[in-house]
Amino acid sequence: MSTDTSKYADVPYEDKLRLFEEVKSDERYQRYMYGCYECGICVAVCPSARFYDFSPRVITQTLAREDVDLIYKQMNEDVWDCSQCFSCNKCPRQNSPGGLITIMREVAVKHGLKSAKEALEGYGRIIYKIMATGTQVAPDMLQPSAFPDWGPHVKGISDNLEWWRRALPPETLHTTESSWQVSEKTLSELYLIWHMTGVMDMIKEVDEGLHMILMDVMEEKLEEAGFDLDANTKD
Amino acid sequence: MAIDVATLTKKSSRVFQRDPESVNSESMREQVLELEAKGEWIVPKVPEPFVEVTTKFGRTKKIPLAKTWHHKSCGQCGHIPGYSTAIFWLNRKLGLDYNDPKDQTSCTAWNYYASATSNAAAQAAVALRNFAAAYETGYFPMIHCATSYGHYKEVREELVHSPKLRDEVKRIMDTMKKPMVMPEEIVHYSEWVHVIRDKIAENRVLDVSNIVATVHPACHYHKLVAEDAIYDPDVYGGQRTATVTATLQALGAKVADYSTWFDCCGFGFRHILVQRDFTRSFAVQRKIEVMIDEANPDVTITHDTGCVTTLDQSQFAGKANNRKVGLPVLSEAQFAALAMGAHPYRVCQLHWHNTDNRKLLEKMGIDHEARWAEFEGDLEKLKSGEKEFLSWEDADA
Repeated sequence: MSTDTSKYADVPYEDKLRLFEEVKSDERYQRYMYGCYECGICVAVCPSARFYDFSPRVITQTLAREDVDLIYKQMNEDVWDCSQCFSCNKCPRQNSPGGLITIMREVAVKHGLKSAKEALEGYGRIIYKIMATGTQVAPDMLQPSAFPDWGPHVKGISDNLEWWRRALPPETLHTTESSWQVSEKTLSELYLIWHMTGVMDMIKEVDEGLHMILMDVMEEKLEEAGFDLDANTKD
Repeated sequence: MAIDVATLTKKSSRVFQRDPESVNSESMREQVLELEAKGEWIVPKVPEPFVEVTTKFGRTKKIPLAKTWHHKSCGQCGHIPGYSTAIFWLNRKLGLDYNDPKDQTSCTAWNYYASATSNAAAQAAVALRNFAAAYETGYFPMIHCATSYGHYKEVREELVHSPKLRDEVKRIMDTMKKPMVMPEEIVHYSEWVHVIRDKIAENRVLDVSNIVATVHPACHYHKLVAEDAIYDPDVYGGQRTATVTATLQALGAKVADYSTWFDCCGFGFRHILVQRDFTRSFAVQRKIEVMIDEANPDVTITHDTGCVTTLDQSQFAGKANNRKVGLPVLSEAQFAALAMGAHPYRVCQLHWHNTDNRKLLEKMGIDHEARWAEFEGDLEKLKSGEKEFLSWEDADA
């Protein structure tokens, strides 16, 4: 994994440091980072290390060394290769490289880093589904254009979707736009969570168009449910 | 020099003693109960009757048999609905009371691990909202997805350690007028299948002793907050999780080993959705081909949404590239239901799966042509308006 940080030489050190301090101040950080034996077990079990120029060990060591320039480079380039399988939790030092990467990604998204926007290109409809319907992988997402590498089987499902969904015995599954039937009240409570925790602000940073669409969907439902958005937005 | 698989998987005579008191691992259950005593949250207890099992380091964990609130999986219900249906069918067939709620959202962790467009407070609030919804019904949460299960355990740990996070979530729950609720145990459906495996075996109507199966243990089941997964000294000498494998053994199937059992499936969260070149390559080259080369199984069985999806769907592209593929992929719930006589299309909904599974069904003694004709008849009734939906009674007709 490259340790060349020259591409980001123009970014002020203070900006890089601010992002690192934010990663470090996450309450999970202390329990995900204890040090590194350099044993390489995390790399040996890492699926991403087999197919990408990627190393959970290098990321953990960089954080442990507090190499601010390299951390910034990793937040911009490497963290999106991680599979988030947490095989690296096998670490004998009890680090969680995958957990550290979750925090680094979160900070990258919160600050709208270019890498986060690029990594999430084509991902907007998935964020829309999970945030708007409360279920992520809806049946109507099975379209041949979205999954060409899954073969003609996907067309078979999308052609028959309505009937195949009706042919499911559990009554909660007779849906095509969401994975199961989620009640209106449940949805308004979910929307409230997104607002009260600042997640909507994160969406705005990475995809302004998606943010507008989601706000349209949510505002009316929240008002109907009697939740006051102004009073309940994250400080 | 490569080490052959027999050497890698050779049974050891060494006995590993587990002692929960001597390992560097926290007992979350005790801390959850301490916070209940301080009035921080309500802790619904595992309803009786329950079965006690042991976890990785020997702690006792209670698994409920009935009165379960089914925290469904978006990937199962959306793309492999026979997975969820098979879980419900097992409950019904064994006469175990359950609740299939509409007051449930996804855990949203797939999106969180894929895109990071969320944060610890939002994730914790989603979890506690669902737990509160379960509490209001009087049923105990049973979680279908291994990612939800693993993530909720992460959330539990974060909440236990952080008064600040608890305060933040409490502010949200108060606005919703819902109580703070954290169940006594966080239970995955495969743990429930594990504890009822002998009951399943008693109700088996098909002989599956000629079926060779490989097992893929789900990462977010046994690697994420690893100490909470079920281990049994009689299964792999207690060195791997016993869920799935013990169920297959109880049913009489032959479980075959392979060297890359610890590898993930290649799902990758964001990769399966927007960067599938990695997912396909990993699933085919590190899992499916290895299983076929080393074990030549009839089926591979797993216990999570992403694993079934990845291992099954990735094989089409592998076939186009002349890779060694063609291995059916099922959840253990589907396999158990089939062995108990469930309809392969009305209940297990195998037409949603990609890799051809007809040879497996034939080997299990299932007339898939006749069963498919029955299902097509159901579809005709739906299309003609004779029926609006397929019912549970229809499924067992």
